[in-house]
Amino acid sequence: MTDYLLLLVATVLVNNFVLVQFLGLCPFMGVSSRTETAIGMSFATIFVMTVASLLSYLVTTYLLVPLNIEYLTTMSFILVIAVVVQFTEMVVHKTSASLYRLLGIFLPLITTNCAVLGVALLNLRSHHNFFESIIYGFGASVGFSLVLVMFSAMREKLANADVPTPFKGAAIAMITAGLMSLAFMGFTGLVKL
Amino acid sequence: MTLLIAILVFGLIAALFGALLGYASIRFKVDADPIVEQIDAILPQTQCGQCGYPGCKPYAQAVADGEAINKCAPGGEDTIKKIADLMGVEAEPLDESHEKDNRPKVAFIIEEDCIGCTKCIQACPVDAILGAAKQMHTIIADECTGCDLCVAPCPVDCIEMRVVPETTQNWLWDLNSIPVQQID
Repeated sequence: MTDYLLLLVATVLVNNFVLVQFLGLCPFMGVSSRTETAIGMSFATIFVMTVASLLSYLVTTYLLVPLNIEYLTTMSFILVIAVVVQFTEMVVHKTSASLYRLLGIFLPLITTNCAVLGVALLNLRSHHNFFESIIYGFGASVGFSLVLVMFSAMREKLANADVPTPFKGAAIAMITAGLMSLAFMGFTGLVKL
Repeated sequence: MTLLIAILVFGLIAALFGALLGYASIRFKVDADPIVEQIDAILPQTQCGQCGYPGCKPYAQAVADGEAINKCAPGGEDTIKKIADLMGVEAEPLDESHEKDNRPKVAFIIEEDCIGCTKCIQACPVDAILGAAKQMHTIIADECTGCDLCVAPCPVDCIEMRVVPETTQNWLWDLNSIPVQQID
């Protein structure tokens, strides 16, 4: 139990996917201009990443490894992710129109979020078992959501700040992201696995 | 041999996922895009066509497909702001091709100039013009939505748009126009 908790904390804070491993930077910069959309994107990503890491574990363990075709992992993971995203979109569209509107275009965009593929491949590389894979996927997406929402809140504040002309817009956002990344380096050594 | 197995397995996975998505698309079928309905509900339903579309519903469809949100002149700033909130985009000022003044107006026919050509009757989207061929026409002010579509077709320029005077009957509190400032 402690191991799982440690793994969760480690993936959310210490090995944060965005600020420490630099995965999923495209939605991190692209969807963070408003907090509302950032929260929507976060929920969609949490769901998709958790389910995708679960399914990719099953595909690897029960299909690719027994048949000795591990060289197809990347391709099969992309297939799995695309299907999960599509399926989620359909279900959300049917069940909750308001959530669908909130997520909008970001739902299909998760397909191209490299953090989703990254979590599946890293699961494989670090030989996680079934539950570890789910926790790793969940932790990675929670970490992603955490920094995405924090960053969007900062950017909303920045929109009202008196920024020097050369730093306006994306430039100051990049600097902010860099400073956040530096701050997250402080978590290194918090958990040792 | 492994290559054959790989192709076979991948084909099977793909077929399985395809079947799943195919089933889901039937099982979770949504009849109409609900966003269109919601935009349509915000639009003022004057069916005036000033946005360049035949009516409010087609414009709602166009907005859902990515058309500019600032083309509804009768709705004015309020409608633009509501659509902006709904679509999650920034509100923008009304399209410059429309006049800024969006006080409620109704059309008015200068009756001594009217020649009874019925052209304005054909143009009116809400049947608010009364009259027959070679007879003088007049506007039913209560029905008129102020869309000004009847102004252009009139061959003798006898239709003008008049601002509806504010009376105690049609007065509406406009609380948003009172400037509220936050004091730090």
